[in-house]
Amino acid sequence: MTVTAVRKDPHTLSLTLDAEFDASPERVWQLWSDPRQLERWWGPPTYPATFTKHDLRPGGRVEYHMTGPDGDQPRAYWEVQNVDPPHSLVVRDGFADDDGSPNTEMPTNELRVTIEEVGAGRTRMSIVSTFPSTEAMEQVLAMGMEEGLTEAVGQIDAILAEDG
Amino acid sequence: MQIAPPDFDRMFGALADHTRRDIVRRAIDSEEGVAELASHYPMSFAAVQKHIAILERAGLVTKHRIGRRKVVRTNVDGLRVARRLLDQYEEMWRGRIDRMTQLVNEYTREEDR
Repeated sequence: MTVTAVRKDPHTLSLTLDAEFDASPERVWQLWSDPRQLERWWGPPTYPATFTKHDLRPGGRVEYHMTGPDGDQPRAYWEVQNVDPPHSLVVRDGFADDDGSPNTEMPTNELRVTIEEVGAGRTRMSIVSTFPSTEAMEQVLAMGMEEGLTEAVGQIDAILAEDG
Repeated sequence: MQIAPPDFDRMFGALADHTRRDIVRRAIDSEEGVAELASHYPMSFAAVQKHIAILERAGLVTKHRIGRRKVVRTNVDGLRVARRLLDQYEEMWRGRIDRMTQLVNEYTREEDR
């Protein structure tokens, strides 16, 4: 199995996920550093991502949009905080307005990626995603996961109904 | 897209604050009253009392009477909502990792040729 560990902390609203690949750290790094590869995995097939700007340097920006089944194209960006190829990347993922500028009314989520060799041609990638609020989590999920979200909201409604 | 009933919005707002998240964490297994909880934070009793009131309105904590004391307890069901959202987020990342794996394997095969 590729995903080797998952830790979820509802208090700090963070998710940590470890995965291992039969490849070198350099190869795994390319998944992030090459926009053409990035857009093949960032969004699901039903909600693919298109990266229009990809400046992976500290202070640099990465811009992308998703394309939904109905043709809707929500825009988003990464603000690059830290880059150490092929070992680490820290970005702030946020939503953008139609003109591509950061939408400051929407929350951002921090993404920390660590890539390290674990021997025998295997590489471990660790992702830590931290949200400022559950609302932020919900908004990120809404982009590209509408079906899943509807389901989640259904479950939440059920929980609230039970509590009532 | 209107997806959240009013109580849900309130819950999100309540959990958006660091101190309130910390109160929720403490009140899971501690049997502390408002004054005892307040002693953990570098702020006034009134400020902590206000935070607790916000959490109470959001349904995240409730006050229970134990003898002459009144203790604050976390409503664990409320926390389950955050937990479900994390579950959904995990699913999203699992999908991404699957696609990454596919991509890595695909390129490796091409290199082998």
